[in-house]
Amino acid sequence: MSQGLTMVVCIKQVPDSAQIRVHPVTNTIMRQGVPTIINPYDLFALEQALALRDQLGGTVTVLTMGPQMAETSLRKAMGHGADRAILLTDRFFAGSDTLATSFALSAAIGKINAETPVDVVFTGKQTIDGDTAQVGPGIARRMGLNQLTYVSAIPAIDKAAGEITAHRRAEGGVQVLKTKLPCLVTMLEGTNELRRGSLPDVLRAERAEITTWNAKDAGIEDVTKCGLKGSPTKVSKVFAPKPRSERAAMIEGADATPAAIAAAAVETLVAADPALPGVITRPSALA
Amino acid sequence: MSETPAKPPARAAKSKELPEHLKAYRHVWVFIELEHGRVHSVSWELLGEARKLADTLKVDVAGVVLGPAGEGTDQAVAEAFHYGADQVYLVEDPLLTNYRTDPFTKALTDLVNTHKPEILMLGASTLGRDLAGALATTLATGLTADCTELAIDGTSRALAATRPTFGGSLLCTIMTLAARPQMATVRPRVMSMPEPDRSRAGPVIRERLDMVEEDIVTKVLDFIPDADTNQAQLAFADIVVAGGLGLQRPENVQLVKDLAEVLGAEYGCSRPLIQKGWMTADRQIGQTGKTIRPRLYIAAGISGAIQHRVGSEGADRILAINTDPNAPIFDFAHHGIVGDALEILPALTEAFRARLAVDRLAG
Ligand SMILES: Cc1cc2nc3c(=O)[nH]c(=O)nc-3n(C[C@H](O)[C@H](O)[C@H](O)COP(=O)(O)OP(=O)(O)OC[C@H]3O[C@@H](n4cnc5c(N)ncnc54)[C@H](O)[C@@H]3O)c2cc1C
Repeated sequence: MSQGLTMVVCIKQVPDSAQIRVHPVTNTIMRQGVPTIINPYDLFALEQALALRDQLGGTVTVLTMGPQMAETSLRKAMGHGADRAILLTDRFFAGSDTLATSFALSAAIGKINAETPVDVVFTGKQTIDGDTAQVGPGIARRMGLNQLTYVSAIPAIDKAAGEITAHRRAEGGVQVLKTKLPCLVTMLEGTNELRRGSLPDVLRAERAEITTWNAKDAGIEDVTKCGLKGSPTKVSKVFAPKPRSERAAMIEGADATPAAIAAAAVETLVAADPALPGVITRPSALA
Repeated sequence: MSETPAKPPARAAKSKELPEHLKAYRHVWVFIELEHGRVHSVSWELLGEARKLADTLKVDVAGVVLGPAGEGTDQAVAEAFHYGADQVYLVEDPLLTNYRTDPFTKALTDLVNTHKPEILMLGASTLGRDLAGALATTLATGLTADCTELAIDGTSRALAATRPTFGGSLLCTIMTLAARPQMATVRPRVMSMPEPDRSRAGPVIRERLDMVEEDIVTKVLDFIPDADTNQAQLAFADIVVAGGLGLQRPENVQLVKDLAEVLGAEYGCSRPLIQKGWMTADRQIGQTGKTIRPRLYIAAGISGAIQHRVGSEGADRILAINTDPNAPIFDFAHHGIVGDALEILPALTEAFRARLAVDRLAG
């Protein structure tokens, strides 16, 4: 019981979304040359796992489902200190939605679990490209893990007793939850800061063997539950947001001084919405 | 929601037909989020949206209320009718006192399997997203998260759910063609609040939660309410004033606060100001921050990136101040001032102060 915690951190390699564009004529996504990053939300999950390993010992395995090039993100995660990396890659996984993604990841985690029982599975709160926040709960349900979402802190974890206490962000406050291991934790952003990798970690990551599993390796018999086939949701179209039909009406003052422009702006706003002054009710506003 | 949205590949056609046994699924449901005796307003916003979808489909709207008897359930049921429900499913049980994934998932799964709705909508709150993810997996159905627009596809009768993708730079429309119910979550304040009709009422269908405390592994030890009662109420403010990187220096945030003070407004900012620590995270406006729907939004020194836009374009009226006449914010603002925010903001503060003083004298 004293070998510490066995932890799996699910990460995703995502395009740096600030740089994606739609082709103005063909309306298709122009992905070429868009750099990829580890989904920023996942970094909080990785750091939490590494911190627990510092505290209690154990291992941190990073797992991703994606194309071969997702190896880059796994190496980066190892450079920050993860012990092992597994790439789940197969053409059957292409086009997976959340349900199919959680299916494939669960299979892979199940295989890890068969080697060494997994105590905690971590994910980020959501991804920046899919942004659904649903893969974590999906894994928890499929694997029968106790589900802890939006976790901001893990004040106690006791492997011998098989218990974990977590702070969960809720509406208007924080829930203090206690549950049993194994569990699934989705980490809230801003809860920690990912450590820099040590030089040995960075060097190790460069040379490390990345374990690569296809569907069969992960023990998936029924590939119709994977990828596009296993995805109940279908993307019917992708498009760029429409600009508003009219551009803003520019306000100019009697002269170009800020005071004149501001006076004109107040007139314009009140003319457009005569009830506006009545909305301004806070006493301090009238002081 | 597709994790890797892409052009619809031809193979998708295979699972386009709704299997016969799923054709019995009818009606549009909204999960009414009741916590600590209060209903989250996103639930009413969703009922307004459900009403429109149901009218298109010519079916009913049902609200689903889960909670312990006596803690706001009666009120929630009554209001669900006011905001547009035709009937309400009610499960009252002490196990539903504090939100926990298992009892809520169990209650809702059983309701869905018994009464078979075609569409099920939840708020994309922390509770709603926790529940929706668990539920969609249990029901093995499609879930589209954080929708910004919902419509019915004319040919398939399917829910066409539109949401931002790729960090908000694009939108995509997603449909669940061969599974039921079709699930969707929507963030607070994305849909407008319907007018309640206090004369509406309807039938309540009660069901039991088939579970005992011993079945539930997770225990709630405590609930620590947020100490900071000054938490920004951006989502509900009538007037919001916000600043972006155009403010240039942290001390200029004060210019935004000053104007907000005079207007009795909330103040906020674009994301980079959070990253720089110029404002606290609860004041971020946009896709990864708060969605606002004020009567008036004043944005100073904000370029109007799409991620900012999706969180602010629900404002009735937007005034943008920017030195760059070609800034994208002028594409969706109603009024614009091309000028230096550092000069215009204090001038606006003065002009509003003067105007309000006059109004007050006039009574
Ligand atoms: C996944 C993801 C999620 C994001 N989520 C959000 C979000 O929720 N909210 C959000 O806001 N952003 C978000 N962003 C960031 C977003 O893409 C933009 O980078 C950000 O909104 C830009 O902030 P800004 O307008 O303050 O800065 P900039 O884009 O740098 O714009 C500054 C503007 O100030 C103007 N200016 C300069 N000097 C002056 C002056 N003296 N007076 C007046 N105007 C001046 C400039 O002309 C310019 O238009 C997100 C990005 C990603 C990738």
